[in-house]
Amino acid sequence: MTAARDATPEEMMIAASAAELRDDDVCFVGIGAPSAACNLARLTHAPRITLIYESGTIGARPAALPLSIGDGELCETALTTVSVPEMFRYWLQGGWITVGFLGGAQVDQFANLNTTVIGEYATPRTRLPGGGGAPEIAAHCHRTLIVMKHDRRALVRRVDFVTTFGHGAGGDHRKRLGLSTDGPTRVITDLCVMEPEPERGELWVTELHAGVAIAAVRQRTGWEVRAAPHMREASPPSAHVLDSLRQLRARSGAALPGVQL
Amino acid sequence: MTATDEGRARRLRRATVCSLEEGIRALVRDGDSLALEGFTHLIPFAAAHEIIRQGRRNLTLIRMTPDLVYDRMIGMGCARRLVFSWGGNPGVGSLHRFRDAVENAWPNPLDIVEHSHAAMACAYDAGAAGLPFGMLKGYRGSDLASANAAIRSVTCPFTGEELAAVPALRPDVAVIHAQRADRDGNVLMEGIVGVQKEAVLAARRALVTVEEIVDDLGPRSRNATVLPAWVIDAIAVVPGGARPSYALGYYGRDNHAYVVWDEISRDRARFQAWIREHLLGDCS
Repeated sequence: MTAARDATPEEMMIAASAAELRDDDVCFVGIGAPSAACNLARLTHAPRITLIYESGTIGARPAALPLSIGDGELCETALTTVSVPEMFRYWLQGGWITVGFLGGAQVDQFANLNTTVIGEYATPRTRLPGGGGAPEIAAHCHRTLIVMKHDRRALVRRVDFVTTFGHGAGGDHRKRLGLSTDGPTRVITDLCVMEPEPERGELWVTELHAGVAIAAVRQRTGWEVRAAPHMREASPPSAHVLDSLRQLRARSGAALPGVQL
Repeated sequence: MTATDEGRARRLRRATVCSLEEGIRALVRDGDSLALEGFTHLIPFAAAHEIIRQGRRNLTLIRMTPDLVYDRMIGMGCARRLVFSWGGNPGVGSLHRFRDAVENAWPNPLDIVEHSHAAMACAYDAGAAGLPFGMLKGYRGSDLASANAAIRSVTCPFTGEELAAVPALRPDVAVIHAQRADRDGNVLMEGIVGVQKEAVLAARRALVTVEEIVDDLGPRSRNATVLPAWVIDAIAVVPGGARPSYALGYYGRDNHAYVVWDEISRDRARFQAWIREHLLGDCS
């Protein structure tokens, strides 16, 4: 058995994200950690999971992790490839996708995401790439998972710009906007898993990765984050999961030297 | 240049085979709105490079993912406005020339009109369909709706539901790259087809670069994406015209070029030197 000390915090983040996915999920995959997690799930406990990339590839089964959402291997291994308008209108807005997997530069205590600007919109300190598919992914997928590195600048009390609405100001805010999907149900970082607490929807810590202390989470979170009463420490990823992830990344690294996918 | 939005019948086009240099000169003018489409795949890089060489200015550049292709055009001062939905270097990070234009107005100020992918796809679809606007369940709770005055709403006349509305995209010119054309000027695209069909049908003029012209488009699915010659104005044969993106069946994506662009584009002088060396044929 590979022990917890062998897995890096980032690997624990990917493994915990993969563990959220089921065999019957239809998953809208973003690039980076979400793609690693989704393909890890496919190669371990969820071989029949459907992976959809926003370029239009439905049921992609890449052997190596792609650099972009439109790499050739995604199309070559997909069950079918549709146009971008069809992808967003029929498949996403039409309600067929069970899980959306997002990252971002900033997430706040109500799981709203910012991928647009740091600072003011008209005069940004840092211009980020923008929304892409995320605003409607979080609106239409049955549930949304957010994965990102744990950092005080990333996990903030309020985001500078709400690119992608999570739970808004909390409570029944999603319902009031006519959103019938669950929205972000988990924020998975390299330290822990957070979930909206049932009353106000504020994120609290429900699971610590193996060997992580809640104090470390608090120190790296931009609001006074609470621990759920039922918070537990997760088991480390199994040797099988860890080996699968490392082999997947080794194959991907061989395709593109010097880049960590 | 008639179109249905102007209340007249659409002008049918007659695909003329020409050189890329001639095609750009004939179809792209200063001040035009221009959509170079291709979602990761089949990005018309060679056409963009020719536009840079011809020194076009004050363009409104429309594209879901500006990618390296618009990073180069923005950095060379071709654009005054950008309509887009995701402006990063896929899997790598920032588009530094785009950022420099937005953050520091270099080399000139750049107006931005920002959407989500879903909305922009809708706006192209509306343009192709001859509708005045695209409609979606979108932008709910997003600050993008207040950052872009073109994001409005409509009420469903049947249910009363409020829906997001965005104006149809009708570029002056659409430019795409495809695998091949036949001698009559019909164009075949396969693989990830993005919004190219919508962009061509929505635009007032259309230029297609292709890997090759063949006698016959060859065996294909009955549902293959084929653009008939009468929706295209000009076709230029440009083998490798999508590099460093890719053309399924011809060559793969040059991921390395996307990775090294991060370094090249970070610095203004290095970027300009790269353009001079690689696009303008200047070795000095």
